[in-house]
Amino acid sequence: MSETKIDYESLGLKVGLEIHQQLDVGRKLFCKCPAILEEGESVSITRYLRPTRSELGDVDPAALFEWRRGRFYEYQSPIKSSCLVEADEEPPHGVNHDALAVAIAVAMTLNSHVFDEIHVMRKVVIDGSNTSGFQRTALIAVGGWLEVNGRRIPIETICLEEDAARKVGEEGAKVVYRLDRLGIPLIEIATAPVIGSPEEARDVALAIGRFLRLTGRVKRGLGTIRQDLNVSIRGGAKTEIKGVQRLELIPKVVHYEVLRQLNLLKVRDELKRRGLREEDITLDPVELTGLLRESKSRVLRRALDSGGVILGLKLPRMKGLLGFEVAPGKRFGSEIADYVRFWSGAGGLIHSDELPGYGISFEELQAIYKALRASPESDAFIIVADDRGRALKALASAVERVKAAFKGVPEETRAANEDGTTRYMRPRPGAARMYPETDIPPVNVTEDLLREAEKIKPEPLNVKLERLTLKHGLSRELALEALSDPRLDLIEKLIEKHHEKIPASVIASIFIVTLRGLKGKGVDVEAIPDERIEELAEAIARGVVAKEAAETILEEAAKNPEKSVDSIIETLGLKTVTEEEAIKIIDETIKANMEEVKAKGHKAAGLIMGRVMEKLRGKMDGRKVSELVKKRLEHHLHPSPEKR
Amino acid sequence: MEYFGYKGLLASMLRDVGVEPGDFIRITRGDGFTIEGVLMPRYSGGDEPIIVLKLRNGYNVGVRIRGGETIEKAGRVERGEPGAPVPLVEELEVGDKRVFVLGCGGTVASRVDYETGAVKPYLSPEELALSVPEMFKYTSIDVEQLFAVLSEDMKPWMWHKIVEGVARAISMGYDGVVVTHGTDTMSYTAAALSFAFHRGLPVPIAMTGSQRSSDRPSSDAAFNLVSATLVASKAPFAEVAVVMHGESGDTYALVHRGVRVRKMHSSRRDAFQSVNARPLARVWPREGRIEMLEEKFRVRGSELLQVDNGFDEKVALIKHFPGPISEVIDTLVDRGFHGIVVEGTGFGHVSSDAIDSIRRAVESGIPVVAATQTVFGRVNLNVYSTGRKMLEVGVIPVEDMLAEVAYVKLSWVLARTRDMGEVRSLMLSNLAGEISGRHDVKLYPRWDV
Ligand SMILES: [Zn+2]
Repeated sequence: MSETKIDYESLGLKVGLEIHQQLDVGRKLFCKCPAILEEGESVSITRYLRPTRSELGDVDPAALFEWRRGRFYEYQSPIKSSCLVEADEEPPHGVNHDALAVAIAVAMTLNSHVFDEIHVMRKVVIDGSNTSGFQRTALIAVGGWLEVNGRRIPIETICLEEDAARKVGEEGAKVVYRLDRLGIPLIEIATAPVIGSPEEARDVALAIGRFLRLTGRVKRGLGTIRQDLNVSIRGGAKTEIKGVQRLELIPKVVHYEVLRQLNLLKVRDELKRRGLREEDITLDPVELTGLLRESKSRVLRRALDSGGVILGLKLPRMKGLLGFEVAPGKRFGSEIADYVRFWSGAGGLIHSDELPGYGISFEELQAIYKALRASPESDAFIIVADDRGRALKALASAVERVKAAFKGVPEETRAANEDGTTRYMRPRPGAARMYPETDIPPVNVTEDLLREAEKIKPEPLNVKLERLTLKHGLSRELALEALSDPRLDLIEKLIEKHHEKIPASVIASIFIVTLRGLKGKGVDVEAIPDERIEELAEAIARGVVAKEAAETILEEAAKNPEKSVDSIIETLGLKTVTEEEAIKIIDETIKANMEEVKAKGHKAAGLIMGRVMEKLRGKMDGRKVSELVKKRLEHHLHPSPEKR
Repeated sequence: MEYFGYKGLLASMLRDVGVEPGDFIRITRGDGFTIEGVLMPRYSGGDEPIIVLKLRNGYNVGVRIRGGETIEKAGRVERGEPGAPVPLVEELEVGDKRVFVLGCGGTVASRVDYETGAVKPYLSPEELALSVPEMFKYTSIDVEQLFAVLSEDMKPWMWHKIVEGVARAISMGYDGVVVTHGTDTMSYTAAALSFAFHRGLPVPIAMTGSQRSSDRPSSDAAFNLVSATLVASKAPFAEVAVVMHGESGDTYALVHRGVRVRKMHSSRRDAFQSVNARPLARVWPREGRIEMLEEKFRVRGSELLQVDNGFDEKVALIKHFPGPISEVIDTLVDRGFHGIVVEGTGFGHVSSDAIDSIRRAVESGIPVVAATQTVFGRVNLNVYSTGRKMLEVGVIPVEDMLAEVAYVKLSWVLARTRDMGEVRSLMLSNLAGEISGRHDVKLYPRWDV
């Protein structure tokens, strides 16, 4: 696929963002459990979720499908971080007051309209990630905007909701979830679908994330913020993409989705060009089991050995279309396969555009064409090897998906992959499946609550910038970097705390230079607890270590987050040395290199400095060492008269 | 004045504009802010002048009316006619047994109208078949909705009706009866059925309910219903039993004897526990398996149906407390109650200053029965002097009978005789397994720490 420049504007690209950010208010949204993830002791509970019928008597087809498939869930209920509420064994308690105040504060800052009474709703979810079968969510405010790159991005809704349980495994029909994450308060901010380019999508996500961190009341680290995107182009469809974990991935995800939609439109046009109509695609499965019984193909063998069958389906005049690439590494055939996997549970689907292959020989291929009465020149086919019921279901789903291709881009919810591509997740839910949570009375947004929220409202960025530069003397450049740092609140706290002993620039550099440098080297800096950084600043302030030791200490802290900075200093021998100790080391080094010192004279300073720093790095300020080296060199080269 | 839950000025405002729940309305504030949504009835939130709207995105929100807003009707949402419900399974297999399901309230087989919050029971086998098709794996099913009553509103005269309904079904030859019931008072009704059928019962009566209402994906209703249906159609015993979740997960249900069961938790699925007895059986509804845990039981088909129905409404169940308990007893006597069960402390004691009140009750022909508020264990009035005084004034200590069961039993006994001697003799005879002479050491649940 060529990386040609795409004119997103002329394609009518529209991206909307949904940012989900965990709040850091100590406790969960609807119970008194601490909002922590925990690997400790847990109790296992096995549950099934039943599809419920809406008022109109219909059942969510995806939920029904999962149920018929015998899906069940094992919930691990950790004793410290989950209770009967998460286990769906006790009704939810009232809404966490602090979380509500933070959400209102965020809404107020974004100029949104906060509702006067908050109603908690149940949003039906089908994947078992909520023990109740629904997610509890409340709309806090509508409207408002956020300025990004000089443009006002309108906010549509701000919701307060509970996080889902953490998926920790899957085994056949069983999915294993851990309940520690269930119920952690999340704020969800949804923008209007007005974002016009992949880069702008990233910038808006970045800006919202940064803005939320300004409250000082949000959680940090991997998995605490998640981005969902909705992407559409003119003539395409609105695709919901769930679970983009890294900001850097957003432009790629948007770009690939645009490509996917463009290419699906091309597939549609090509189908038309070939004069095909939906009615031409029919479900006429042909039994190929006997024909392929002796096949060497491992995929087919596996199915046959476990008593399965092989069924084939001709797709008239579709040769080449299944192999057509719609996104990097994703062919139209893989779109069909993803869809089939979800709706039939069948593992694999093989299509003619990837054959010969999968151990299917040329002769077998010809035989299949013949059995399907298909032309190798113009027709395509798909084959499925599985138990008969599943295989039939798989072909029926494949027909459904191919038929949808005549309309272009189907409305879908897709999940983001690590490489920026996406995979079919489920059909887009129709009208919101939302019911009132009758167990929680509506919350009146009182004047008191509004006043409380007013106090939490994050300071505008320019006020912070001014304080960091004017009051604390940070360069504008460093200050701006600090403002976008995920640990801004800690930077501010430490600068205030140590302003008499450590220059603000030193504190800021720990985050902006040292931590980011380590991250660049692949160190897991997210693992370093705030506590360690606080201890490090304390140690620098007390003169126990030199600021140069920061990198070594933090690298160790990332590896051993439980270890205190004092003990890291101890084990790594990073304690600052006294001037006498330093001079002793310098003198020893000079003596050991006396020949070169005599030969080079003062020019040997560089060499000595290098050798000395090997021993003193992180234990004494570099400038101080350099000063001492010069002095001692002078002393050895020209001993003072009185000593003579 | 009230208008769909709205009060005062707001009510008249909405009425004047002519909007009703289900209408699409637009509220415009003085500052130009507008919001549109479907007007919802106001069922909670008190007297605040707040309008509840369902927005297009499905969320409900409350908008305060401060004056200066305009409210207009912006259309009406046509609620489509409910179509034919989608069945949960493609083909229904129906077992060869016949089970009768008698609906007596609770949310076990019902759905909720989300606009009004009203609970509608499933009235027909067809509806049940659509929503809980697994029930039919073992048996065909007929359904009758006797009444839709909240658990806490259950009364002794309703026990009478339930007994009649169950007896009718049994005499029609059903292989078993399932009684659906609210969980809060299920054990009282179970005890009532136990005494009414103690003379002769040919098939099992399985009571069940739900701790999570059946409109939720995580409801325990279907699991419990299927378990109860399995018991009613296939169990080897003919007993009155409560069939509910055996643990928090959806793995097995436990079958508890109707006179030995108590709701021991306000919300958990496995709230029901056998007290001073082991559960009768364990049931795996998915696998269709019943494992007996008790060796002695009334065997299915070994008895002919014999009903002894009727309950006395004027019986009180009170609990001893450190305050003036004697005043409570006096009041009950003065108000003409026919019998009193006292949940005494420990061995069944009430404070010694209440002895005179008890004496007066017994002398007025009102039996006073002593059970214990410890739930587990046996009443014994011989150990301490207060107990001995209670015996002297005529208190009837009912061994290891649960206080609630003693209450139901006294109500049933008093509907047959008011003779103090006969009452005593009936209360102390084990009619339906409510009394046992022996507790082995393991017959008591403890912390597994
Ligand atoms: Zn909890």
